[in-house]
Amino acid sequence: MNGPLAVMTLENFLAECLKSRADSVTVGLIAFLSAALIHAALLLGLFGGLPVFYIWLERKVAGRIQDRLGPTRVGGKFGWLQTIADGIKLIQKEDLVPKDADSLVFRMAPYLAGIASFAAFMVLPVSDGWMGVAAECGAFLILALMSLEVLGIILAGYSSGSKWALFGAMREAAQMVSYEIPMAICALIPLLIAGSLNLQVVGKMQSGGLWNWFIFHDPFAFLAFFCYFTVATASVKRAPFDLAEAESELVAGFHTEYSGFRWSIFFLAEYASMFAVSGIAVLLFLGGWETGFVVPESIAGSLRGWEINLPFVPGQKFGLGTYIANLVGAHVFVIKASLLVTLQIWVRWTLPRLRIDQVMTTCLKYLVPISCFLFLGAVLWPLILASTESGRPVLFGPAAKSVASVQSTLSAPSVGNDSSTIAQGGSEVVR
Amino acid sequence: MTYLLEQAANGVGGTDGLLFWTFAILSCVGAIAVVATQNVVRMAFWLVVSLGSVAALFFLLHADFLGAAQLLIYVGGTVVLLVFGVMLTASGHTIKVQTSPAETLLGSGVGLILLCVLIFSVGSVDWKDIAQRIPAAGDSPAVVDAREDVRLSEAIASAATPEAKSQAEQAQAEVQARRQSGRTIRQLGLSFFGLRPDRNLNQPANQPLATGYLLPFEIISIHLLVVLIGAAYLARAKRRVTPGSGTDL
Repeated sequence: MNGPLAVMTLENFLAECLKSRADSVTVGLIAFLSAALIHAALLLGLFGGLPVFYIWLERKVAGRIQDRLGPTRVGGKFGWLQTIADGIKLIQKEDLVPKDADSLVFRMAPYLAGIASFAAFMVLPVSDGWMGVAAECGAFLILALMSLEVLGIILAGYSSGSKWALFGAMREAAQMVSYEIPMAICALIPLLIAGSLNLQVVGKMQSGGLWNWFIFHDPFAFLAFFCYFTVATASVKRAPFDLAEAESELVAGFHTEYSGFRWSIFFLAEYASMFAVSGIAVLLFLGGWETGFVVPESIAGSLRGWEINLPFVPGQKFGLGTYIANLVGAHVFVIKASLLVTLQIWVRWTLPRLRIDQVMTTCLKYLVPISCFLFLGAVLWPLILASTESGRPVLFGPAAKSVASVQSTLSAPSVGNDSSTIAQGGSEVVR
Repeated sequence: MTYLLEQAANGVGGTDGLLFWTFAILSCVGAIAVVATQNVVRMAFWLVVSLGSVAALFFLLHADFLGAAQLLIYVGGTVVLLVFGVMLTASGHTIKVQTSPAETLLGSGVGLILLCVLIFSVGSVDWKDIAQRIPAAGDSPAVVDAREDVRLSEAIASAATPEAKSQAEQAQAEVQARRQSGRTIRQLGLSFFGLRPDRNLNQPANQPLATGYLLPFEIISIHLLVVLIGAAYLARAKRRVTPGSGTDL
């Protein structure tokens, strides 16, 4: 089965396996539901597992920066199981709702933040063809989903019935509404180079070596990465932009009144979002799931398409080579994103917190104009480059070629098909 | 209208139908709860439920861009601004919305008229005619593609010649690619430049292009920018702020 994704979908595979045992409608339903469950469980594992590691890392890095050891006891020499122990402690705590709180909204707000953060994982491709939902407008969709998390924070702060929480939520709202603008503009620059909103296409276009990464595409894209990373740090409310929970002034900000499990969901969402924004940065600027070195990439490329016969289901093939290449790619992606998360942790424990007016000034007076300037530069750069090299303007010179090659393999046939269908429909209307 | 009712009675089957009814009911429940609750912040919460479910319905119809825009603009933008506005202005009595009988009467009257308009416009369309023009009448693209996928699988299994098999495999690859992505982005982008798939394809080459949407879009953008600057000018602090003093937020 050589589909455009070069692997059989899990749903089809399960349907094949079950075919001989029941009628087709039941098979389709069972296959769909089990495939959905397995995919959701895998994503949930990523969503739950990575924050566990990052919280341990945060404690360890914080300890080292402050000349302490950090966790050392739970789970051996390095305190590996510290987060699990924290989690068990948090689950045991009493689930409190303050008397003045709006009980329904107060209870639901953590889930809203958690779901928004988890939903971003759905459209994040971890490897070539490994993603929850392959959306053509993936980059747009993931920015939309990331912007929903703030709603959970605001509702949590507002419904708590506490002035500390309310102030935290107001700061968060003001901060988010402003920082979404430079974030979108910075993310637009690599999307402009790629000419596609599909994160998978963007990742694929950066294969073939370090110099193909979009961060090295032009000086504006290079600066845009740092601008994006600053804004992304602010958008997941990490220090020095963690005004929403500023513990030195607001007790604990928006989550002052939360305890136990609901409190821990906010933290799960925060660390998961850190990974999500870092993952977007990796996909847009840092080569996605590719290592950046030619030899390992060509080995992975040659593995793709190598199939073996499945032992239990006769007549079905399993793309083992593709699977291995994707597994390695997924690891490369997670390691790259984790390095960026480590950078965020490092920044948190070395920089002091800004004041709220400084946060707003940074965004509105510096980051928005800078990102607009970078966007303009990124638009003009290929035109200038092309006019100096070949004497005639070529829209997005080398990128245009690679867009054409990637898109011809990915979706050009389906587009042709679509348009002909639509055109037929149109002509029938005329008739 | 009767055709639509027949279709509704037959129901949309399978997982697609299950998901459709879940989100359709959720959006209706959310909308009713927005009207029924009196607390502004709870209204915002139910609005999120209702608008999010509508976005899910768009995703179910493979209109990914529209669904994402719905999430970004309505859930992420409008509701956040609404709650933000309430937080900045609310003091006790404004949080609870208590409507007078006259307002209830006026509101329900306007609502009923709007409902009549909607029913009338839905009823005045010949749905049967439209459904016949769309392949596999009445089903969403997701269902159509899923059926096509199964049919092509069978075609591959029963193919007599290698050519027929490879042809079916290619067709299936296209269907599967379509099943995995909403296909609206490229058409939206082309429409901006005047290349409308519904007007310009399969037409004689010398026919002029349709009017693109780029100019209206830009005019609206500039208009919004003007409104933004105007609002900032009107709302700015009239008193003199000494430089360096942090404003308390």
